[in-house]
Amino acid sequence: MDASATAAEPIPPEVPREAGAGAAGAVFVARGLTKTYRVGELEVPALRQVDLEIGAGEFIVILGPSGSGKSTLLNILGGLDTPSSGEALFRDHVLSGATEAELTRYRREHVGFVFQAYNLIPSLTARENVALVTEIAADPMRPEEALARVGLADRMDHFPAQLSGGEQQRVAIARAIAKRPDVLLCDEPTGALDCKTGITVLRAILDSNRQLGATAIIITHNAAIAAMADRVLYLADGLVARIERNAQRREPEEIAW
Amino acid sequence: MSALDRKLARDLLRLRGQVVTIAAVIACGIAIFVSSLATFASLQQNQAAYYRAARFADVFVSLKRAPDALLERLRALPGIGQIEPRIVRDITIDLPGQALPLAGRLISLPADAAAPRLDRLYLRRGRLPAPRAAGEVLVNEAFAAANHLRPGDQLAAILNGKLQAMRIVGVALSPEYVFATRAGDAIPDDKRFGVLWMDHDAAAAAFDMTGAFNDLVVSLAPGARAAEVMRGLDRLLTPYGGLVAYARRDQPSNRFLSDEIAQQRTMATTIPVVFLAVSAFLLHVVLGRLVASQREQIASLKAIGYATVPIAWHYLKLAGAVILAGALPGIALGLGLGWLLTRSYTSFFRFPLLAFHVQLWAPPLAVGVALLAGMTGVLSAVRAVVRLAPAEAMRPPAPQQYRAGWLDRALGRRLLSARWRITLRGITGRKLRAVLTVLGVALAVPVIMVSRFWNDALDYMMDVQFAAMDRGDVTVTFTGPVAASAGREIARLPGVLLTEGFRAVPVRLVVAHRSYRTAILGLPADAALRRPLDRHLRPIALPAAGVLLSQRLAERLHVRPGALIRLELLEGERPQRSVTVAGLADDMIGLNAYMRLDALNRLMREGDTISAVDLRTDGRPADALYRALKGMPKVESVTVKALALQLFRATTVFLVLVMAGIFTLFSTVIAIGVVYNNARIALQERGWELATLRVLGFTRAEVAGVLLAEIALEIVAGIPLGLWLGVWLVRGMVVLNETEMFSIPAIIETRSYVLAAAIVFVAGLASALLVRRRIDGLDLIGVLKTRE
Ligand SMILES: Nc1ncnc2c1ncn2[C@@H]1O[C@H](COP(=O)(O)OP(=O)(O)OP(=O)(O)O)[C@@H](O)[C@H]1O
Ligand SMILES: [Mg+2]
Repeated sequence: MDASATAAEPIPPEVPREAGAGAAGAVFVARGLTKTYRVGELEVPALRQVDLEIGAGEFIVILGPSGSGKSTLLNILGGLDTPSSGEALFRDHVLSGATEAELTRYRREHVGFVFQAYNLIPSLTARENVALVTEIAADPMRPEEALARVGLADRMDHFPAQLSGGEQQRVAIARAIAKRPDVLLCDEPTGALDCKTGITVLRAILDSNRQLGATAIIITHNAAIAAMADRVLYLADGLVARIERNAQRREPEEIAW
Repeated sequence: MSALDRKLARDLLRLRGQVVTIAAVIACGIAIFVSSLATFASLQQNQAAYYRAARFADVFVSLKRAPDALLERLRALPGIGQIEPRIVRDITIDLPGQALPLAGRLISLPADAAAPRLDRLYLRRGRLPAPRAAGEVLVNEAFAAANHLRPGDQLAAILNGKLQAMRIVGVALSPEYVFATRAGDAIPDDKRFGVLWMDHDAAAAAFDMTGAFNDLVVSLAPGARAAEVMRGLDRLLTPYGGLVAYARRDQPSNRFLSDEIAQQRTMATTIPVVFLAVSAFLLHVVLGRLVASQREQIASLKAIGYATVPIAWHYLKLAGAVILAGALPGIALGLGLGWLLTRSYTSFFRFPLLAFHVQLWAPPLAVGVALLAGMTGVLSAVRAVVRLAPAEAMRPPAPQQYRAGWLDRALGRRLLSARWRITLRGITGRKLRAVLTVLGVALAVPVIMVSRFWNDALDYMMDVQFAAMDRGDVTVTFTGPVAASAGREIARLPGVLLTEGFRAVPVRLVVAHRSYRTAILGLPADAALRRPLDRHLRPIALPAAGVLLSQRLAERLHVRPGALIRLELLEGERPQRSVTVAGLADDMIGLNAYMRLDALNRLMREGDTISAVDLRTDGRPADALYRALKGMPKVESVTVKALALQLFRATTVFLVLVMAGIFTLFSTVIAIGVVYNNARIALQERGWELATLRVLGFTRAEVAGVLLAEIALEIVAGIPLGLWLGVWLVRGMVVLNETEMFSIPAIIETRSYVLAAAIVFVAGLASALLVRRRIDGLDLIGVLKTRE
């Protein structure tokens, strides 16, 4: 389990590719994506026929009422969940129908996650939380560099309990970007933060998107944040209600809530 | 059904893995408690009941020959209840198809009545010999069973030098031979030692003892003291070659039986108590932890208006259900095991019937202890939660204050991966819990060691007794003292490599007011086949003068080397002489006295004589040798060590295996109970963390490794601690189990350490792997919705 032994551990198989599957230049493609939960006799539709294409390097914000299926969509794109029917592609890899092991490898190599609850490991320092991921990544940046990018160079040896919520969320972002992910998936990253702290977090996400070229998808209940996006996806009742392209994007520091 | 009761039912179902493992721990604790106490009670009550029913005598004495007329004077002695005169002779039994001459003892039945009034026989099969029928005998059950003898079978015996054919008419039990062993034998050999009862007049005729007797069993009048009666008997019998009366306490069968019961008592009052305490402790910890893990639920119940009492009552019911789920099978198992153990003593101890007794207080006491331990664990956990304000309790416990410990610094950032750090800080961050887990694992180890220890100690004792001390392969006992040349004659028999004659003389050792009856062994100065050993198992050179005593004999007589001791030799001219105690031997079996053969011969004022010969043989099938020995007139019996050992092993193996099996099962259950419950609770507390790792792209194996490594480290830390505890437990057992006849060495073989460690490790790992299935099934998305 030490860093040097990692290479020797069996790495799960890659998500299978399908020739000519993805649209040219698209990172994610969803076609007729549905997800239905069964609770006893009841069928709860979370996604109903979602069609979607997201290009490389795009900055997407997803808005929608509670229960509209935002997290469900993000989780399927992030390889945490599988659709009931329809197709989800990452580049030319078919995520829908991939095995658990294949999805694990996909998350490990390509995806950076940021969640509302930060999901830091409480027993690890900021630096170690980032190292957790860099130790198993192919071409990571150094944990110190990742933390410096989110402005936490001087808090590296603090445990999560010794950091504020915003600082913890920035550690989570550092952890997500340290592996130089292809996609950065954030589920309400500012949900638990005040405006000012939220802005520093958004800044960190945007910087990673710009400087590392990572496609970023951000779920939020905060309509103001939509102004940062290239495109805004409105979900309602498990359907994509509409997609809006921002003619002009705003910097995080320009928005307020 | 109230909502809380529905929750109770659902919790029990959901926690079934934990319920089952905790219940198993308590079941084992109770089972061992109940079964050991029942085994002890059964043996003890059977002994008492049998002695009472058979009117087991209080005082025993043998002599050379006294006329029946002496009985009148003996009966007039103060304190005598009843006297039963008999003729008792050691004989040689010749079984058809048996090459070996077998040792036997012939006892006459009473002259007037059909059955003895003291030491009454219990006729298992057949009938009593017909009056004056010289060819009819009863045999003791142990001998009959070992040799498959039935009424109607034939055997022959050498009586007074004449071979006489006899027919077995019945199989009997006697309180004098519950445990049938020949004086001087270290282990019983039912196959090669038999007791025969014969009609009085027939026996008298065979031994020229008409109108005379040579053995008495005596009961005491109410209120009489055995010591006084024995003095009176000795005074009157000395002119008739009386061999010093002895009390029931020193009667060989009773001594073995009482020693065994004393050991059972120690066993019943120590190990099961340790077991019960261990399971109660685990119950306390595990149930407490179970409740603590429901912290948020308790807080929510309080928040919505439930009072403390119904909440506590709810969890007490949960604990009660778990405990009863263990207690009922535990009691049933305990009764079954107790019965089985008691039954398995029937091959050692011959009782007419071995009734099974259970102390009625034992099961309720054991269950009570379990309930108390469990309930206090529950209550203290509930109290810890309800004392908090509901708002605080509803949040997960304050995050651990993690610090980079010395381990981190020592290992540096390079050497230790982040995942190893999670593992290590999981332990150092919850020190108390880690300590309790390590202790729980550790407690499983000594239990196995104790079970192995009996076997190891027995092996070691047999090894020392029969490989270092008593090294001959065959011992030939003569009917009396013979010239030393008899040994040289035997040396020429086929297959004999080496012979060594020795002399055994019955003796009373007297120091001030203390005395002890045993045999003194006269050994050649350069003895190689039979040698007393010191503590380091080195042979002790016999002193030219003086005696060597078993350590425990010296303790019983309160003498030290250098002190004077009076020997009253009870054979021949019965000389009495004071000699110095020249040294002490570390005998593990029996209380013995040793002398140089020439010194003993001088003391006895007889020439160069021996009474037995040890042989070293070439180990090949020895029927020719046995036949030759059988044909020698002065040979009384032949003991073949390998055969005796084999039989002894065969009879003990079942008991040893049952005990070892139970103990091993129990410690496995403890190990599983501790590790499984600990892992389940750890998983419940840290499932969120582990699921996060899965989200980050760690494989199932990698994530499981984080938790399993923590458990493995705790197991690995617990095992050496357990081994250390085991050594102390074994030492304690040895001290408590010291009996007069045996000194059990605190021997633990390496393979027992290894076995104990391996069983606990495997049990722990197996239960950790059970939890691994749950790690694989972690709900990644559910985990992201809520924190904890
Ligand atoms: N495990 C589950 N079982 C049953 N239904 C589920 C499950 N997970 C989600 N749902 C249902 O699926 C629908 C979509 O859920 P989802 O979590 O995607 O919503 P969301 O848009 O992220 O909402 P929020 O903004 O509140 O986070 C909801 O109606 C929800 O009740
Ligand atoms: Mg959501």
